[in-house]
Amino acid sequence: MKARLTKWRLFSIVAIMALILSGCGEPFLSTLQPAGEVAQTQYDLMILATLIMVLVIIVVVIVYAVAIIRFRRKKGDTTIPKQVEGSHTLEILWTVIPIILLLILAVPTVTATFQLADTKAMDKKDADGNREALVVNVRANLYWWEFEYPDQKIITSQDLVVPTDKKVYFNVTASDVKHSFWIPAAGGKIDTNVDGVNTFFLEFDGEKSEEAGGVFYGKCAELCGPSHALMDFKVKALPQDEFATWVEDMQSAGEPKPTSDLAQQGQEIFNQKCLSCHAVSPEDGRPESARLAPNLATFGERNRIAGILEHNEEELKNWLEDPEQYKPGNKMTGTYGELSDEEMDALAEYLMGLKVQD
Amino acid sequence: MSSLAQKKGFGATVWDYLTTVDHKKIAILYLMSGGFFFLLGGLEALIIRIQLAVPNSDFISAGLYNEVLTMHGTTMIFLAAMPLIFAFMNAVVPLQIGARDVAFPFVNSLGFWLFFFGGVFLNLSWFMGGAPDAGWTSYASLSIASEGHGIDFYVLGLQIAGAGTLIGGINFLVTIINMRAPGMTYMRMPLFTWTAFVTSALILFAFPALTVGLFLMMFDRMFGSNFFDVANGGNTIIWEHFFWIFGHPEVYILVLPAFGIFSEIIPHFSRKRLFGYSSMVFATVLIGFLGFMVWAHHMFTVGLGPIANAIFAVATMAIAVPTGIKIFNWLLTMWGGSMKFTTPMLYAVAFIPSFVAGGVTGIMLASAAADYQFHDTYFVVAHFHYVIVGGVVFALLAGTHYYWPKMFGTMLNDFLGKISFWLFFIGFHLTFFIQHFLGLMGMPRRIWKFLPGQGFETGNLVSSIGAGFMGAAVIILVFNIIMTQVKGVKVGNDPWGDGRTIEWAIPSPPPFYNFKQTPLIRGLDAYWLEKMEGKNGLTPAEPIGDIHMPNNSILPLVISFGLFVAAFGAMYRPDGEAWALPVLVIGLLITLGSMFLRSVIDDHGYHIHKEDLMDDDKGGKA
Repeated sequence: MKARLTKWRLFSIVAIMALILSGCGEPFLSTLQPAGEVAQTQYDLMILATLIMVLVIIVVVIVYAVAIIRFRRKKGDTTIPKQVEGSHTLEILWTVIPIILLLILAVPTVTATFQLADTKAMDKKDADGNREALVVNVRANLYWWEFEYPDQKIITSQDLVVPTDKKVYFNVTASDVKHSFWIPAAGGKIDTNVDGVNTFFLEFDGEKSEEAGGVFYGKCAELCGPSHALMDFKVKALPQDEFATWVEDMQSAGEPKPTSDLAQQGQEIFNQKCLSCHAVSPEDGRPESARLAPNLATFGERNRIAGILEHNEEELKNWLEDPEQYKPGNKMTGTYGELSDEEMDALAEYLMGLKVQD
Repeated sequence: MSSLAQKKGFGATVWDYLTTVDHKKIAILYLMSGGFFFLLGGLEALIIRIQLAVPNSDFISAGLYNEVLTMHGTTMIFLAAMPLIFAFMNAVVPLQIGARDVAFPFVNSLGFWLFFFGGVFLNLSWFMGGAPDAGWTSYASLSIASEGHGIDFYVLGLQIAGAGTLIGGINFLVTIINMRAPGMTYMRMPLFTWTAFVTSALILFAFPALTVGLFLMMFDRMFGSNFFDVANGGNTIIWEHFFWIFGHPEVYILVLPAFGIFSEIIPHFSRKRLFGYSSMVFATVLIGFLGFMVWAHHMFTVGLGPIANAIFAVATMAIAVPTGIKIFNWLLTMWGGSMKFTTPMLYAVAFIPSFVAGGVTGIMLASAAADYQFHDTYFVVAHFHYVIVGGVVFALLAGTHYYWPKMFGTMLNDFLGKISFWLFFIGFHLTFFIQHFLGLMGMPRRIWKFLPGQGFETGNLVSSIGAGFMGAAVIILVFNIIMTQVKGVKVGNDPWGDGRTIEWAIPSPPPFYNFKQTPLIRGLDAYWLEKMEGKNGLTPAEPIGDIHMPNNSILPLVISFGLFVAAFGAMYRPDGEAWALPVLVIGLLITLGSMFLRSVIDDHGYHIHKEDLMDDDKGGKA
């Protein structure tokens, strides 16, 4: 009976804590609303750690409160309290109990640390020598993200597209200074070093992704320069069949075909002023070092302009007018000269028409 | 020689402070310059909080924001917290161990001036083309890429200030080992002295790592080497290791003396000896030792692999055990005591829950797999401010009130002190508690602005309001200090009434020779023991005799000034400035020349004669 009662209590504490914590933040961004296996593992660890810590805090606060209430000095009291040297029993007690509490946390921590580092599946090949797992190469740049799907031979930028309910493996690196790749709702971050490639995996839960509106927010988590705060990206989590369709569309997209005269003009301007840095086809055979700016093949389908502005023509024009105003320190400012209003209209028309899906 | 009690003009007083080798005056110099930098760092903090009060704010530009955040961290750690810790170590340690000064008074002064000129150099960056902007950690890829001279100011300024800290640490090690009064065994040392001792040892082992890292950075930026240039075979992760091998012990360098200050205040105002003294000493040493084993927990997301991450996670958790021992010992010291809530005691009592909160989030961060979520978010910002403000700054404020009478002979107003305490305490929790949740909700740290619609608005506004409270508290404290010094009401030896350690047995402020007769230490809390036996003062260990004192010297200032000059030369030389190389050489010549002078001039100091000491019964001031 008594055991059952304590169990109940523990359960209700967990439930209440989970309730409080899950009330925090937006489902597309918060680590407290985990939307995948990795985030869930980390969330569980957080809850376990928090519970242990709350236990410690309660004990400290009780002793503390009683001490400062009971042992206040009365006015004019000159008595000398007993000078206690210490107590071996108590000292052993508050050495041993914390050790036990820490072990309770340490074991799942070590387990999870190894589990989250397990990327062996990246090297597994089937009979035909093809990789079974989905691998995405992430390259962080001042202040944009490139996502290359090496096995599918397609490249996109700023909007990462992933299938739901399946592990997605990442190779991450940086091409200028150190950044850090973080999709809070899906799992913890990993640094994109300039020294080499880091690997890890994430998983995106289908149901949770629907609740979050199908798009998760991604962030740069390492100070990388003036616009570090604005180095956002988005993650579109698609059901697996839709993801397969998207990959096929990307693979068959080829070069863009402008549909209107205005867009045609825009393409000419683009080819003249922008193409040396920005590719517009999802298949870009050039080496990384030549890919100086985000691939714009899917620009018309993006969630944001430059990762931060509303996705519409007006903001696009604002951005093209003066990128420095929106992302200080970016590498695009001043590389393409002034654009006249007509050029701007044409360019915007062309860019908004860059799509791989109907 | 009637130099013991004479009035001096303003100019003479300034000269006296510029040349002083007296640990009590050096303490005042540390306190004043550390206090100044604390105000400066606080101002930078307020700018940060104003910028982040509302979404998409354009109060300051992105580049300037990065400079402000870098300088806030660097200033608070290196130029405010460190010197303020040194202020109390200088003011208190020699008195607590019954010494007449530190082991190397000249070196003590040199340590201060190196810190001072390093700090001034670093802050001159504001007026000379921009401050450093790569964060206080100055990670290599970003700091190598950073344009202008900001990072050069950081590298050279910290190198100079760091040298000062290093020799200060060595000085206190030697002092505490060699200069204890007869009878003061290690296990009779007051806990503040113990923590100063362990902190000095940490400085000795931790600062060289920073020195090496800064040298490599300096060579990369100013002399064309490629230690951190990946394209040329360098490695940037090495900087992170160097930085954190220094940076993690640095946290304990700051917090151990803070623990020491509280370990003095809590028994004092509870009228009860420190509970579990020997386990407190043991815990201090253990924390110092473990502090070197855990640096990579700042690097869990770097990709060191699960084995390294797991080892450092468990090692980090282990630190919670000795820290927990300390917390419970403080609680049990208060338990059964007779507690009087003066301003220092209020800070001490407020410190316990605040620091416990910072400690438990530390354990959460130690859990490597979960840290992938916490790392570089506002959760971390909240954590280390709970530890550094809730631990170190509370201790510095408590220490300021507690030791003020011993340093200046006057009492800070307790009423104003309490107002300032409550404002600071409320402001502190208002500012930082909510930041835990901001971090968990997905807000990265070191961001210049946050866009609307991500759920960060309320939390940031609350946080900024809290910062205002803390600002008000500091203003009241400054007002309190000025008022107290203007009134100048002198107090006696033991103004708080229940002094336990021997610094409370001598006048406030003590005469420049500290102890007329070196005291005999008959146990822990030696002054308390004597009082309990109905005696008025300490038992002397020697008859009154001549006291040997060191002479003042301007050379420490000149040595440091030379490095300050040389730093400008080193910095502008790569720009091709014609004057840079001569300036570099002249600066180094000034330094080396004054070091040469110091070596060849025999300075035997002077003696205070027995007769003068006898005349000086009231304990005059120099």
